Amino acid sequence: MSRRPYIRPVSRTAWYMTHVRYKSYMLRELTCVLVAVYCVLILSGLAALASGTQTRWDEFLASQQHLAWILFHGFALVFFTVYQSIAWFGLAPKAMPLQMGDRTVPGGLIVAAHYMLWLVLSAALFWIAGVI
Amino acid sequence: MAIAKKALVWSLFAVGGTMTALLFPALMVIFLLISVGHVPDGLSFGNATAFSQSWLGKMFLFGVLFLSIWHAAHRLRVIFHDIGLRADTFMASVLYVLAALGTLLTAYFLWTIR
Repeated sequence: MSRRPYIRPVSRTAWYMTHVRYKSYMLRELTCVLVAVYCVLILSGLAALASGTQTRWDEFLASQQHLAWILFHGFALVFFTVYQSIAWFGLAPKAMPLQMGDRTVPGGLIVAAHYMLWLVLSAALFWIAGVI
Repeated sequence: MAIAKKALVWSLFAVGGTMTALLFPALMVIFLLISVGHVPDGLSFGNATAFSQSWLGKMFLFGVLFLSIWHAAHRLRVIFHDIGLRADTFMASVLYVLAALGTLLTAYFLWTIR
């Protein structure tokens, strides 16, 4: 063994900026910050409902009616759809390959099933919320 | 033991990831509608209360929040490690305690809405 082994210098704090794959990995990981924000939003909505007064609930809804929130929700929708939903569905056949008897289910089929489920569940949520 | 714990938080991360991928874009559209002033019918005080009073509604809301919270906690733990904060035991403790608090708070609010 050499006395002075070469150690490739790697930044501890910005290593993911060195390759496009690491960058998209970090973007995918960062979607969880949005999940955390929406958890807090839903929890504050539930707190308003738990108070049992319409005023608190209306205040919660009104607090969202701000340009900053419009921009935030618009950004979140695009960022999350690209780096979480689409990325996650695309990875599904690699993370959970399905075998039926001797054959493996084609990856494309698993991805397509996720997109179908996405469509159905989104429609269900819109229906519950009264959007459609 | 450590491996068993890791498997538990990892499976919550995986299930939560699938659930958020499927439901959150629609949730974001609903929030976008609220923020531009088009509050959907189902989110009027009466309808939102009725939904969270029903057992099906409570189970749905608890399931979504529980999985989202633990998914986010586990992934944030990885992010802190990735951006160079190498204090995994500390960060994991802080994030999982926060996640446990969020879970308890969800249960408490849902219990209170009757």
